[in-house]
Amino acid sequence: MPKPFGTLTAVAAPIMRSNIDTDVIIRIERLVGNGIRGSLGKWAFGSLRYLPDGSENPEFILNRAPYREAEILVTGPNFGCGSSREGAVWALQERGIRAVIGSSFGDIFFANCFQNGILPVVVDKAIVDGLAAEIELTQGAGRIGIDLEAQTITSPMGKTHHFEIDPRRRAGLLEGLDEVALTLQRDDEIRAFQAADRNQRPWIHFAGKQP
Amino acid sequence: MEQPGRTMLAKIWDQHVIAHVSDDTDLLHVDRHLLHDLGGSRGLLDLKSRGLTVHNPELTFATPDHAISTAQGRAGTIKIGLELLAALRVETTASGIRLFDIDEPGQGIVHVIGPELGLSLPGCLIVCGDSHTCTHGGLGALAFGIGSSELTHVLATQALIQRRPKTMRVRFEGELPPGITAKDMILALIGHVGAAGGTGYAVEYAGSAIRDLPVEGRLTICNLSIELGAKIGMVAPDDKAFEYIRGRRYAPQGEMWARAVEAWRRLPSDPGAVFDREVVIDVASIEPQVTWGISPEHVIGIDGHIPDPQATDDPERRAALQTALDYMGLEAGAPIAGTPVDWVFIGSCTNSRLSDLRAAAEIARGRKVAPGVRAWIVPGSETVKRDAVAEGLDKIFTEAGFEWREPGCSMCLAANGETVAPGQRSVSTSNRNFIGRQGPRARTHLASPASAAAAAIAGAIADVRTMER
Repeated sequence: MPKPFGTLTAVAAPIMRSNIDTDVIIRIERLVGNGIRGSLGKWAFGSLRYLPDGSENPEFILNRAPYREAEILVTGPNFGCGSSREGAVWALQERGIRAVIGSSFGDIFFANCFQNGILPVVVDKAIVDGLAAEIELTQGAGRIGIDLEAQTITSPMGKTHHFEIDPRRRAGLLEGLDEVALTLQRDDEIRAFQAADRNQRPWIHFAGKQP
Repeated sequence: MEQPGRTMLAKIWDQHVIAHVSDDTDLLHVDRHLLHDLGGSRGLLDLKSRGLTVHNPELTFATPDHAISTAQGRAGTIKIGLELLAALRVETTASGIRLFDIDEPGQGIVHVIGPELGLSLPGCLIVCGDSHTCTHGGLGALAFGIGSSELTHVLATQALIQRRPKTMRVRFEGELPPGITAKDMILALIGHVGAAGGTGYAVEYAGSAIRDLPVEGRLTICNLSIELGAKIGMVAPDDKAFEYIRGRRYAPQGEMWARAVEAWRRLPSDPGAVFDREVVIDVASIEPQVTWGISPEHVIGIDGHIPDPQATDDPERRAALQTALDYMGLEAGAPIAGTPVDWVFIGSCTNSRLSDLRAAAEIARGRKVAPGVRAWIVPGSETVKRDAVAEGLDKIFTEAGFEWREPGCSMCLAANGETVAPGQRSVSTSNRNFIGRQGPRARTHLASPASAAAAAIAGAIADVRTMER
């Protein structure tokens, strides 16, 4: 069950290259196995964060102060594209990231964020670029504020921007709702649908038995 | 008032609505849920830990593909892969889910076995914890990848809450030139619209060149939908699709078959259907495509040159191109053809079906893999493997110096330890040339099976059209 998300004021790190894929966020070999949760934070952005010899890449933003403390990422277009691996969200979360701000996100990554209480904020690219520029100007010292209830973000220089969000998603994050439990409350409807559908499309339901 | 035409997406979507959740969001019924070894047992264990059971085990199917070795005899499967396989066996058995196990017809890459077994049907809503689930749209299914949380949701409820996507129609018009394949068509599209061009959309592929494609080519097209950002891709089902499905193991039979086909004929988008975005691609001008960078949108024709970052005024784009060139170890402005390769991988849910192996074998027949190149053929399923062996394709490949492997995902995503070594260059028929996708610091060039076979023979990225007979 996701933790509720209300407001957040935190250091933000810009990672502005477009099309950062979920393979880059977390390599697949870190996700093979059932006992991986809790071990992923140090492997987030592993390909960018570490040099071939395993030492930290001093150039990579999350290895630099004050961005080491970042809880928000400001991202380029199509962040989180590619693989559906929810481990990408787990890795960000275990690294301490609680919100990502960008002009667009990979569709599956976007959905996975909400499932884990991470807020993906979609705003115009001009606003994203402006945030990144302000972060750079203040050398990361300026924080970004996010208020989910009010649907606003506040830039390091104090500019406020409104963002749109699906009301259902917003409510889910504010309250930390468990989607599985909510849907199971509608099980009568699911079963009624299936009973009717068995007549409509019997081939889908193998007419009661599986070959 | 006349009803506006409806899209195929709308028809299939509406048929699956259990309940409206909000204006644009619905609780949808899931007709087929496919599990694999990487996430299947994790989901079943998650369900168990919540004290829940699988809602409809008879609509759920499992197979190991991601983490098992594809070496002969499955030799060298990594320890964690063995654990995942064991857990998948235990948990599917406990839940009454059909598992297609290794060495059994039915085992294979989830997106190869779904269509092959007749599980993937027109109008069917299919999900799987894998982004390439869009593949099944090639038969007119509404199919998309989901994350781990959604996977647990589907196991528990056989339903999923989804926001209705926007619609895009891509019409591939004209006659495909000789030597050009479905893979070249879809890579050319990604080059045209970009890796985010389809984000937020369900894409319907249409036009004469799609109608002309065999079903396996349509599966390849739909497979790469996610690489243009769209989690759903689909092709209207037609007689070709019905003939492909007829007689398959889980396909409707007898009287049920006629009923199903009648229903499937009503699925294609109405003539007046309106899409949120339309794209038209003239296929006559498509060359064999090959990627040069670290996103599938970094793609050029085989006669093309590697882009020069200095040629663009946009500083962001310049930086992105330079990052890609540095990672790939390529020189701006150089021709892509002739770039030496170390590895060739023919396989993956994109291009591991019988027609793909035939196309590669046609190039390989009577020739030799260039010295210093390792070339793997990884069939997409146990059935593809057996059919290929029955035709003698394995002999053609091994005589040419290719390695003939067992079915699985293998080196497409390197989850099973099968990797391209750091710094080495691979031509791959898979779907992603991301940083480190085929192994840390591996350099991947995506291409069609025939083009990949040509690269293996030439020892370098090569124009397959010069090798065709």
